Amino acid sequence: MGYLKKKTGVYYLINAVLVFLLFFVLLNLINNRIINRTSTQILTLICINIILAVSLNLVTGVLGQLVLGHAGFMLVGAYTSALFTMNIGLDLKIAFPISLVLAGLMAAVFGVIIGIPALRLKGDYLAIITLGFGEIIRVIANNLKITNGAMGLSGIKSLSTTKNPSPMFIYAYALAALTVFLMFTFGRSRHGRAVIAIREDEIAAESMGINTTYYKLFTFVLAAFFAGVAGGVFAHQIGVIDPSKFDFNRSVEILIMVVLGGMGSITGSVISATVLTWLPEQLREFSKYRLLVYSIILILVMLFKPSGLLGRYEISIPKFLDKLFARITKKTAKTKTGGA
Amino acid sequence: MHLLLTKDLSIEFGGLQALKDLHIEINNREIVGLIGPNGAGKTTVFNLLTGVYLPTSGAMRLEGNSIIGKKPFEINRSGIARTFQNIRLFKNMTVADNIKVSMHQNMKYNTFSAMFRLPSYWKEEKKVDIKAREFLEIFGMEDKADQLACNLPYGQQRKLEILRALATKPKILLLDEPAAGMNPTETQELMEVIRRIRDQFNIAILLIEHDMSLVMNICERLYVLDYGHLIAQGTPEEIRTNPQVISAYLGS
Repeated sequence: MGYLKKKTGVYYLINAVLVFLLFFVLLNLINNRIINRTSTQILTLICINIILAVSLNLVTGVLGQLVLGHAGFMLVGAYTSALFTMNIGLDLKIAFPISLVLAGLMAAVFGVIIGIPALRLKGDYLAIITLGFGEIIRVIANNLKITNGAMGLSGIKSLSTTKNPSPMFIYAYALAALTVFLMFTFGRSRHGRAVIAIREDEIAAESMGINTTYYKLFTFVLAAFFAGVAGGVFAHQIGVIDPSKFDFNRSVEILIMVVLGGMGSITGSVISATVLTWLPEQLREFSKYRLLVYSIILILVMLFKPSGLLGRYEISIPKFLDKLFARITKKTAKTKTGGA
Repeated sequence: MHLLLTKDLSIEFGGLQALKDLHIEINNREIVGLIGPNGAGKTTVFNLLTGVYLPTSGAMRLEGNSIIGKKPFEINRSGIARTFQNIRLFKNMTVADNIKVSMHQNMKYNTFSAMFRLPSYWKEEKKVDIKAREFLEIFGMEDKADQLACNLPYGQQRKLEILRALATKPKILLLDEPAAGMNPTETQELMEVIRRIRDQFNIAILLIEHDMSLVMNICERLYVLDYGHLIAQGTPEEIRTNPQVISAYLGS
């Protein structure tokens, strides 16, 4: 098995190189103003949505529990982080990363509070109760003084300026890459196997010594943590947040990204988060029909490919390269023997 | 001391007395059969022993320690593993992963080392991979290790379920109709395998089975249930000639 490990190591390396390459290309394009301000903002939003989709994918795709309140955790994270940077009086460069950690932790705390009672339920019931939770959080934020009610918070400073347009993008990109990496490694470990086993057959999993309650809660809280972090970046990117930005539609939007990409496929979530963030921006004139288009897309996908575009399959560039090289070496070997 | 002991074990579902005053004992390295007509309460016994149901009254002890009120995963960790009557494999996981799930409880690396791929992850994963493949060799299934469990033929799915239960390192193995759906040759092979498992792993086995040739051949003692009551117990010879058992099966 040393062979496999060596190969996995190479795969990791290739992926890391690709991620860095993409990062430097985008960063240079942004810094040289080839990608304009609006497009930079869209890129950042794509990264934020990737974090949200990939983390929801962990609960919905890997654990197999339908959750409709992801925007609620995002709201908790957004307000926590915004209130922290606005009130702490530290330099934003230091305050922002701290605020993101706090955002994640706060969302995780809410994840525990809601998860303990909610995860006793399954399927549709869990969906309903998480939906209710998302709405409750929103209504509370709508009525509290500290959150400034329906007016929301404004004047949240962004790290990006006209002179230096890239910092928010750097944060969002790095966090998205980190989230994808962590979700991947989590899924392929003994803990991930336990979670998948629960999805496959909860009774059997418990009979094989898996503490199902613990793992369900853990996964739920982990996803909430990342949603909180995404909310924190989102608040500082947008600059103005109010509870209506985190309503039920937002939760559904994230869920659609997961379902469309394929439940259980991380790369699927990344691709669909990218497309579904970019596309509406291109179709701004038709924004009225966005939800209509969304539902039509969903219906079509459910009709023709119920498991989502990628199903549980993961796209792997290193594997692709591997096959390509194998084919090339085979061909050259053939021509050589043919020549002789 | 008995390995497993139940005393006056009873359970009611609403008004239905599914099991009444069950008293069974199983010793180390014993192969014991649990038989009875359909609906006698055999699987209910398994569900009680593994913590799926909570008994209405009575006691269950594993090596002298009460296991009543423990959750299924705790009971499994204390040494009782089972298979299911209708196969419950993790269908969309590979055959090797099915076994690795069972080994989860004996692995140590934490979530942090898993998520950041620290050396302890690599070390333990490598070890568990080798071990899982060794387990598959018991049934000669090592070449199927990387297939999805749902793609296995029926007989091998049954075998994989037994292996998955064994991988939790049980002291006693509960087999719920292991020969269901197998042809006579496969059943014959299964008998050999059950004996081999007992000798190799030094565990006790309690099995539910309708195939009388299998039961009479490999079980050292039998318990017979009918309508939730224990109607007979003893060696296969005694059971074969017991008038109560015959009337339960054939009607009087």
